[in-house]
Amino acid sequence: MLDLQTLRPEERAGLRLRALYRRRGYLPYRMSRFEPYDLYARNKSFLVSEHILTFTDTDGRLMALKPDVTLSIVRSAPGGGTTQKVYYQENVYRTSPAAAGYREIPQAGLECIGSLDLLDVAEVLELAAESLALLNGSYLLELGHAGVVSALLEGLPESARPGALEELGRKNTAALRALCAQAGADPAQAERLCRLAQLHGTPGEVLPQLSRLAGSAAGEAQAELGRLCALLERRAPAERLRLDFSIVNDMRYYNGVIFRGCLPGLASGVLAGGRYDNLLRRMGKTGGAVGFAVYLDQLERLEEEDGYDVDVLLLYSPGDDPAAVSRLAGELREEGRSVRLGRSAPPGLRCRETLRFGEGGGRSWTC
Amino acid sequence: MDMLNIALPKGRLGEKVYRRFKAAGYPCPAIEEENRKLIFENPAAGVRYFWVKPSDVAIYVERGAADVGVAGKDILLEYGPQVYELADLGLGHCRMCVAAPRDFRDRPDRVLRVATKFPRIAAGYYASLSRDIDIIRLNGSIEIAPILGLSDVIVDIVETGKTLLENGLEPRETIVPISARLIANRVGYTFKHLSIDRLCRRLEEQA
Repeated sequence: MLDLQTLRPEERAGLRLRALYRRRGYLPYRMSRFEPYDLYARNKSFLVSEHILTFTDTDGRLMALKPDVTLSIVRSAPGGGTTQKVYYQENVYRTSPAAAGYREIPQAGLECIGSLDLLDVAEVLELAAESLALLNGSYLLELGHAGVVSALLEGLPESARPGALEELGRKNTAALRALCAQAGADPAQAERLCRLAQLHGTPGEVLPQLSRLAGSAAGEAQAELGRLCALLERRAPAERLRLDFSIVNDMRYYNGVIFRGCLPGLASGVLAGGRYDNLLRRMGKTGGAVGFAVYLDQLERLEEEDGYDVDVLLLYSPGDDPAAVSRLAGELREEGRSVRLGRSAPPGLRCRETLRFGEGGGRSWTC
Repeated sequence: MDMLNIALPKGRLGEKVYRRFKAAGYPCPAIEEENRKLIFENPAAGVRYFWVKPSDVAIYVERGAADVGVAGKDILLEYGPQVYELADLGLGHCRMCVAAPRDFRDRPDRVLRVATKFPRIAAGYYASLSRDIDIIRLNGSIEIAPILGLSDVIVDIVETGKTLLENGLEPRETIVPISARLIANRVGYTFKHLSIDRLCRRLEEQA
């Protein structure tokens, strides 16, 4: 009898997510735990953390325990106009920005790589929203757009843009103003960037503000974001969506929509993704790519405990008939209860009921 | 109304910060009583304050135990927490400086020995100058390091410069100005956007 409750939260979530992706025709992707270190060394800033666990293989090659899944999938993508839609559930090995030391992080996700159109991207966003809804109905999916941000950074000297992007990511308007002034940018542009950093709300609230703010500067990117939101709102409630342009990633890799999923009770995003055509080009491929990862390790924080380790603790004495004790335990399990046998109560065990095996094999309540 | 969890830095700066929050419409009478409690709540104003060590504020906020908090820019630069930096409160003004004994003469052909509580800031500053340095990480009384020959210079926070002066040191270069910043957890900001946005505006009105 399969009882899903016996699975850990990340295992349960992984099963449900994989079923969700499969229903959309995404195919499973399985990869080796190890990859040549070169793959990551060439694209270090694409990774969440630049620290990589390495070892030398028997043939002398420097290998890495994979810190990321996307790079492996992109590397093996067929190219040539074929669109590949794959999902995975894998463990990755990396440090996290907020914790010391390496960790093993279970991750599920999907990638859509090839000749992409609006519907492919919208489908990935829908799947991101549906993934979050599976985990917790009170989710929020935040969306930004690298094209909109790039357009508003245009007037800044090239050398000031990485700094401005960082401050935009922190919503640090004071630093944005100072940086623009230092770079000799037009004060009106500094003001536009500050207002962009502060934009936050549902697509219905933010898109008109963005139009007023960016004018025609972000034309195509803004129009694409509008079309994606309109498609997404058919499948996800508008009140679960937020537009926020402080969600920024490295522009050397990302070029379109960027998104992050949040669940109440978790301190950091549980889902992250975006469109990364630029990574493809850096790896010598053509076409487009979009995908996301769900960080399953965080889900144990959401697990509500029922407060008990076992339904029944059945205590017996050394003189009791083992067959009778075993029979009684079996009867209790037949009733659908979990039963732990023991001669004494283990310290700290939380049980709904404690039964003491009585004389003649009968039941007697002790608490 | 969402209840906002606010991490305040224990000490003089924290008291100033609380007065600013109070003036902005977020009072909490319990915090003003003489006691040793660390958590104070005023449901009517929608706030729960707690005092934490100044260098820990960013950790509480980054890990979501606090929705917002007030941390010095020095801490934010040193630890680089993944948080939003929503406002410069204009309190606790000071600067991160390189200081040296008054008679110190820098020899660019030597590795510079730098004593500091802020290794990341010091390393970043000297890397921007392409200067080879040896960082000596200390936890306090930084000023005595050059006097005892432990280091050539120090990188530390300077408010008035009095402590430096009394120990025969002088500030040589300013690395970055420092002040207290309102920071927010990124996910908390999304879920409590209206409350945090209102707090931010009211605090800025008080500046």
